[in-house]
Amino acid sequence: MENWKDTVEIITQEGQIAVPYTWWVGDTGSRFLMALRDEKKILANRCSECGKVYVPPRKNCGQCFVDIDDWTEVGPEGTVETFTIVHFNYPVQPVKASFAYVLVKLDGADVSLLHLVKNDIEKLGKGSRVVARFSENRTGSILDIDSFQVIEGK
Amino acid sequence: MSRPVGIVGTGQTDHKSHRPDVNGREMIREAVTRALEDAELSIKDIDAIVIGNMDHFESINYVDTWSVEGSGGVMKPIMKITTGGTTGATVALAAYYHVASGLFDRVLAIGWEKNSESDTTAAIITCSDPIWDRFSYSGAIPSLATEATAYMKQYDATQEDAALIAVRDRNNALNNHHAHLQRPVTVDDVMNSPMLAYPIKLLDVCPRTDGACAVVFAADGVAQKLTKQPAWVKAGSVRHTYTWFGDSTDYDRGLVSLQRASAEAYKHAGITKPAEEIDVAELYLPYTYAGLKWIEDLGFCGKGEGAKFVREGNTDMNGKIPVNPSGGVISTNCIGATALLRVAEAAIQVMGKGGDRQVDGAKTALATGFGGCFWSDVVILGAQKP
Amino acid sequence: MNDVAIAGVAQTRHESRKDNMIYADMVFDVVTSALEDAGLTLDDIDSVVTVSNDFLDGRTISGMAVGDASGGQDKNISTVEGDGTFGAFYGLMRVLSGYGASIVVAHSKGSEGDIRYVTNGMFDPIYQRLLGIEAISASAMQAREYMQRYGVSEEQLASVSVKNHGNARNNPYAHLPMDISIDDVMKSRPVADPLKKLDCGPVSDGAAAIIIASPEIAAKATSTPVWVKGVAHCAEDYMIGDRDLAVPVALKDAARRAYDMAGIKNPAEELDLVELYDAFSYMEPLWLEGLGLAEAGKGMSLLEKGVSTMEGSLPVNPSGGVLSSHPVLVAGLVRIIESVLQLRGQAGERQVKNATSALAHGINGPCGQSHCVWILNKDK
Repeated sequence: MENWKDTVEIITQEGQIAVPYTWWVGDTGSRFLMALRDEKKILANRCSECGKVYVPPRKNCGQCFVDIDDWTEVGPEGTVETFTIVHFNYPVQPVKASFAYVLVKLDGADVSLLHLVKNDIEKLGKGSRVVARFSENRTGSILDIDSFQVIEGK
Repeated sequence: MSRPVGIVGTGQTDHKSHRPDVNGREMIREAVTRALEDAELSIKDIDAIVIGNMDHFESINYVDTWSVEGSGGVMKPIMKITTGGTTGATVALAAYYHVASGLFDRVLAIGWEKNSESDTTAAIITCSDPIWDRFSYSGAIPSLATEATAYMKQYDATQEDAALIAVRDRNNALNNHHAHLQRPVTVDDVMNSPMLAYPIKLLDVCPRTDGACAVVFAADGVAQKLTKQPAWVKAGSVRHTYTWFGDSTDYDRGLVSLQRASAEAYKHAGITKPAEEIDVAELYLPYTYAGLKWIEDLGFCGKGEGAKFVREGNTDMNGKIPVNPSGGVISTNCIGATALLRVAEAAIQVMGKGGDRQVDGAKTALATGFGGCFWSDVVILGAQKP
Repeated sequence: MNDVAIAGVAQTRHESRKDNMIYADMVFDVVTSALEDAGLTLDDIDSVVTVSNDFLDGRTISGMAVGDASGGQDKNISTVEGDGTFGAFYGLMRVLSGYGASIVVAHSKGSEGDIRYVTNGMFDPIYQRLLGIEAISASAMQAREYMQRYGVSEEQLASVSVKNHGNARNNPYAHLPMDISIDDVMKSRPVADPLKKLDCGPVSDGAAAIIIASPEIAAKATSTPVWVKGVAHCAEDYMIGDRDLAVPVALKDAARRAYDMAGIKNPAEELDLVELYDAFSYMEPLWLEGLGLAEAGKGMSLLEKGVSTMEGSLPVNPSGGVLSSHPVLVAGLVRIIESVLQLRGQAGERQVKNATSALAHGINGPCGQSHCVWILNKDK
């Protein structure tokens, strides 16, 4: 007798979940994003216990578990800690491949910031000096920094 | 066998419809800091963390690893439990098992939700099977509405009867400054509120809330050093009975999962007459009709007698078995936290920390969780170590 | 820790697309097979832990889809969202708390969605997601950090891929058994430097289940029990910029506690095999360092000295590892299962001779932020 599983047609059903989200950035993050948008400044803050300077700034230090409220400014220049050159595309990326992700230690910060490098990616190496390039149209988002630019001769 | 475990501290945020001042992690930390204060511990004293919420409400993948800055999880063992509306209870039980196993002495349970960050109905619809259930499932309310209609028909209960639940819980919330909704309602208010899906009206259902709750579980030997009166875990039962919504529609049987979970929990806790032996109950009632029906499934009264039991004041603050002194889910619903709040509030009663909402002499408390596909969890806490 | 054993195991063949099965089908199959493997019935089980991910499944309360299929009807059932090693740990704690036996079952169908969106979702929604970061790009940055810190080359990492895909040829469950050379890896399509296609595990569909049992139920089972001697997990900082990606501190902590529980003082000598979570080639040497099996920067030495090959004294990933089969969430549980099969002497062509002690490992979160380490032994 024929096994129906051998001849059944495999049907698929397509669907997409469209749930819109609006994440609360919180007071601390809002101050950081406002400074990007309104002043083209990169703010950070420092934990009073371990002294670590965080960017983006944090409401509390994850390691010491105490509130942080000691603000400072960092960058706009920094040093590349690590990077990758991306060779594939998918819609969430804000730029077409090939481009680079970088973890940048901004001058004055103790942690690295994740961001993009769009141009001169072949010049990237550990220790490369980069500078934040701000977007013309800023809305209070991490992309108010359009990308980081490699600084020649450094 | 397992070692006894007690709750030694709880913390929760002041629940609101929106918390724009904090992101999710920061909100979690508020509850955690309060729980640590209540238990007189520092984060360094915590051996492990269990955290839960309902993913699609905030769209954060791997919440355990995302949370560490706020949950206190940096360089600690942390894991995520997620079981829909029942999450807070299953998180509590997971924390309990962490300690009961003998492997950890002080474990933090965290439940949270920032419902304002998404369209609740759109997010919740994704829980239904995409091929068979989703096209007809339009959120939590309709499935509850069918249950309510069946009950009213069977037992001659009325919409006014159900409204009494809202009146009770919303009034109780005035004694709990953490509760989200802080205005009392009358039966008329409920009856005049907009109809959502017959017979459920706006004031028959819970709000959407941003909030978090944290509870510290400690082992026998440790708990007693941390607090005078730990709330000992006497029983914890879970029955997540159904996968398909269609399977859960035999309304003659009542809420099967709650019947089974409570039967097992009562057995473990040595309870035979719940309405008499339990001093206070924090029940997960997402809507008013549940307050009539589900107390029958819990054995507080006989089948069909729920409305009468409530009408006669048995579940009021000075009644036979006060229900929801905290204001319950109808006053606060930050989903991932909601069932944990039931456990926390039950613990608060046993620990004697209830302040204005304290039920005098509460020694045995019942907490329930509800969610998913008509699933239930039951936790029983007591003043005496088991 | 009291005695507790793994009494039953089962896994599906891991492949690109199981187009004739829904999650529940896969879960039902592995749960029934695990029970058969153990010689137990559902009546012997009183606890069920399912492992699933709402984003991968496109379904919130993803555990609901497999409640019936997992045998959870009328039992204490819960869902851990994270790698299978974490779910299994929860199942184990329940047995230690008094349950007779836990079924732990994980499922994954990467074929039903786009994994890049799913992993993009694990990054911070405010500061990171808009950049389009996802698991591969982030891991590529970790790979580069590791390579530049210690002077490890792409060719060295390629040899890990060669070894593991080669090992997979002995594993009937593996998705990608392959006979490849270092040159093949070096010439494979660049994905995100320094990662090329053959440096990355695939996206697989698969499911797996284990039965964790108390000594009473283990005695009832007809299978050879494998005893759990130590388990521990730990998570480090979340934002990848906060971490030193070349030094896996959370893994070191988890490994130390697991070794302490198991009474292991010299893991390199006392372990007979390791099944670790090598989602990418660089992860094998990096995690070996975190496990204390090699000094900092020397993770590649085990392969270079022939220690971690099938013929060596400490084979690593005899199954072919995650590089050969990557059903997300399931892969950690498979590491445990492969270790159990080895210790039972049931690993067929991939059997490590005289295996009595094994380490199984799983990761969770971006770039291995959280780790779970299991130490298993043939003897109690």
